[in-house]
Formats: sequence, C-alpha cells, structure tokens
Amino acid sequence: MPDQSGPPDSVGILVPTGMLGGGFSPETITRGISLGADVIAVDGGSTDSGPYYLGADVAKTAEAAVRRDLRLLLAAASSARIPLIVGSCGTSGTDSGVNWVADIVNAICAEDGLDLTVAKIFSEQHADQLIAQLERGRIHALPPSEPLDAATLRRCAHIVAMMGHEPIEKALRAGADVVLAGRATDTAVSAAFALMRGMPPGPTWHAAKIVECGGQATTNPRSGGVFARIDQHGFTIEPLDPDTACTPTSVAAHMLYETVNPYTMREPGGTIQVAGARYAAVDERIVRVEGSRFEPAGQYTVKLEGAALTGYETVSFTGIRDPQILRSIDVWAEFFEKTLTEQVESVLELAPGSWGADLRLYGYNAILGELERSPATPAEVGVMLLVSADDQETATAISKLANPLLLHLPLPTMSYLPSFAFATSPAHIDRGAAYEFVLNHVVDVDSPTEMFRLEMKGASDA
Amino acid sequence: MPDTGHVPLTLGDLALEVRSKNAGPFWMTLEAFMPDEQTYRIADALITTELISELYHVPPASLQIFRIPDLHVVKVSFPRPVVQGSLHDRDMHAGQHHVPLANTVVPRPSL
Repeated sequence: MPDQSGPPDSVGILVPTGMLGGGFSPETITRGISLGADVIAVDGGSTDSGPYYLGADVAKTAEAAVRRDLRLLLAAASSARIPLIVGSCGTSGTDSGVNWVADIVNAICAEDGLDLTVAKIFSEQHADQLIAQLERGRIHALPPSEPLDAATLRRCAHIVAMMGHEPIEKALRAGADVVLAGRATDTAVSAAFALMRGMPPGPTWHAAKIVECGGQATTNPRSGGVFARIDQHGFTIEPLDPDTACTPTSVAAHMLYETVNPYTMREPGGTIQVAGARYAAVDERIVRVEGSRFEPAGQYTVKLEGAALTGYETVSFTGIRDPQILRSIDVWAEFFEKTLTEQVESVLELAPGSWGADLRLYGYNAILGELERSPATPAEVGVMLLVSADDQETATAISKLANPLLLHLPLPTMSYLPSFAFATSPAHIDRGAAYEFVLNHVVDVDSPTEMFRLEMKGASDA
Repeated sequence: MPDTGHVPLTLGDLALEVRSKNAGPFWMTLEAFMPDEQTYRIADALITTELISELYHVPPASLQIFRIPDLHVVKVSFPRPVVQGSLHDRDMHAGQHHVPLANTVVPRPSL
C-alpha cells in the first residue's frame, strides 16, 4: 500500500503500453521504475475495434499476451511497492472482463508468491435501473445522437458506464495494490493516483490524456511506453525507449488523436482545456507542459456505452479477374443485388427489408463506396458479400443461395455463364452474432461512485 | 488551358501526413499535417466547409473545423455517416477515409 503521508512535490506515472496485452520490453518497466514511478497505469480496452467486444462480452486481446504483460507489471509494482491500475479490463470493461483479468492476476500472484490486495471495480449497468434514471430525466444525448428511449436500453446485450477517477481513488484509499477497473475513461486510469496525491487537476488530466495511448505522443509511436511527472505547475513527459523522443510538436499533436475537438475534452467531472497550454523542450527528448486547465462541471455526468444485437451474419468471398466483367463491374454488382433479392423472396419467401446484405468490391470501391470518385477499371476484384438476418440459419441460407451467383453470375448482356475464383471451400463463413453501438448518452449522478461497485480481496483473504 | 506534362499536385503530396480515425464510435476526424507555414496556408485555404461537405457527403452544419497554425495542422470532425460496426461500415476505424481529402488537387497559382 502506498505511503499517504502528506502531498509529495510530484507524482511519476509509468504507462508501459497503449493497451494491456500489446506487449512491451522488460527494459521499459525497469527504466520507468528507475525514473521514480509512483504508479503504473495501463489501459485494458477501447471501443475502437468495434461493438462486438462489448456486445459479445469477450476480450480482443489474447489471454497469453495479457498474462505476459501482467506478470511483468505485477512484479515491478510489487517490488517497487507502488500501485498498478488497469482500466477497461477485458477490452469493453464488462463485469466478466474485470473477472477475467482478476483471475489472471490472482493466478500470477499465487504462482509468483506476490502478496497484493486486488480491487475490482464493476461498471456494468442494468437496463431497468437506467430506465428509472431515464424516466427521471437524468439521461441526456450527446451529439450527434437522438434522445434515448427505454426500448434502446432494453435492446442492449451489455451496457457499461465509464467511470472517472473517483471509484479508482476509492479503491486506492481502501488499500488496493492492484486496481482492476471496468469501463473507465482512458484518462481516469492515469489521473487517479496523481489526483489522490494532491496534484492539480489541469496538468494531471492533460498529462493523463497525453500518456493514454502509450507511444503515440512520441516521435516513434511503435516504441511503446511513456513516463510523465506531474507537479504543482505542470508536467514533463518522456518516452521510456531511450532512442525515442517527445518533442513539443509530438506532444501537442497528441491532443488531435481520436478526438473531435483538440482543445477541450469532457471528463465526467469537468472539461480539460488545453488551448492555453505551452509546450517546451526540456532537452532533446523530454517536454515540459504548463498552462493546462480543468474546469469543473456544474453537473457530474457518467457516459454510457451499449451494444445491441443487429442480427447474425455470414460472409462470403470470391475473386473476379475477367476484364470483360471488370469493365462493367458496377453493372454486375447491381445485377447481383437484384438477382439475389428476387431469389431470396421466391425461394426463401423472405421479404426485402427482413434481411440485409452488403456487397463490397475490394480493389474497386469497397472502402469508400460512393465517396470514391470514378474509380479506374481494376485488374482484379475481391467480392465480399456480408449477409445479416434475424438468425444464423437464415443468414446461412441466404448465403448458400448467393453461392452460385458469386460463382457464375454473368453480366446481363452475356450469353454464357462465367466462373469466378472462390478463395476457399466453402466460400462462406458464419460470423455469428453482430452488434452495433447504440448508446451515446450521459447520466446525471449525485455521486461519482454511485454507478460502480467495488470488491476488494487481499492475498491473505483467499 | 493546355498544360503539357503537368501532374496535378494534391494536398497529400504537400502534407507530411493526412490521416483519418474514429473519434469514438459516432464521430470521424481528419487531420492534414503540413510541413511549414507556407503549405499550412495552402491547406488552410483549401479545407473549407464546402469542400469537406462535398467530399464526404455530410451536411455543412455537422462539421467542425479546427485551424491550428502553431502545429501547421487543419483538423476536421463530423458525425460518422455510417455507425461503426454496422452492416454497411466498411472502415471500422475510419482509418482510410483521409483519401478523398488527400487526393484533393491543390489549385495552382494563376499564371
């Protein structure tokens, strides 16, 4: 447990990697500890890879990779007697994601003889409780979304709330050596310990935003971890790879990364304002930042994330190399969609609109679609057909009906059947359940910790 | 006007990097990183609400444009026209949507 006597002059934060399971060299940790790290903070998740991980409640990262990273981090935190904080456990921060990481942590502690108090903070929400909040007018839409309705909440397979730093601070104050947080803002994970130790919110939140993606704020984003030291007037930041640098530009530019607005960023308890921040080189690889501010909000708000089932999908893939078809590939694609729709209606008796399909012409215009201006005739095209239906059986049946078309469909003007190049046999793969993000809303709360549940367990309680 | 041998210069040719990415599941953000003040001024003049609205088929009122001369960056954010991960989303991270902007031809100074 950390020493809590009196506010220190500064707090050092070691962020080993942008995501737990992403890997880092042992030297990254050694170097961060030698710089005087007071806490190790690492993000375990993100929405960036899509709604599947929250909807299906599975982690994106491999267990072996997470175990490998945690073994190094737990050993370092234990021997330096500093806390380890993991945010958004299991990619989406669901309760089972927290338990998954906790099981790995507990197994490592048992194997390696580490006596650490582990806190779990759960952030998963029940639709019924949120509907009660909705009825009280305490849930608001964020742009560009529409106001929420109860049916949307009920559609969600899983809902998580994004915690600020307060639930993490509560766990640290209760004596946690390791905090495994459910869904948390990327910044809260790095900010919690420094705020608890009395560092000012402006520099702390700004530093937390800069370090959250690991090496992104450096001249070599693939190099991995960073180290930030926060004090009463600002913070300094440096890469943990001695051959990589932070420059005033690389640090300032990180406020652009994956943000809508590069000057302000809303956290649950207020807004980070960096328009007045000044970035100065301390030396060729360390940057000093001062002038960042944090404006507390009148109302503390907690953001929700929810993923709802959209259906079950099957993906099929074929290749076209015949120049005659490729010269009229738009005509072919239109003919394909029309033919498939007719056959699904006549053979499977499914009305248009009761199922969905997305035909993608890779090598032609698949990625940008209608934004692609007059694409050139390609040398070859990979044709992906993605089918969505209410159940897997139907999605598979539609894909099987599409199979002869993906193999033989001619242009409408052709008098013979061409054959295309299936890449695999069978040409289709069932993808199972598919999801979409449906929540982009915040809940007004009276207490920053009221939506989050803390469980503590010491090694000695086992 | 005939201009033999002239290859059109694009924003991508001038920039250090033009990139795109999700800003959460509901927003997309584009950035043009220019190497110096002169090219920044070209990007600044080129990237308008009208241009982005036309290239990305998004309503002008939904756009936010940030002009950051200190970093030689122009940044544009707008709601994702297709929600991330839905059936018709072909770019999960919105990582390839910088191309229409990067391919925009930079007007040559009139001779």
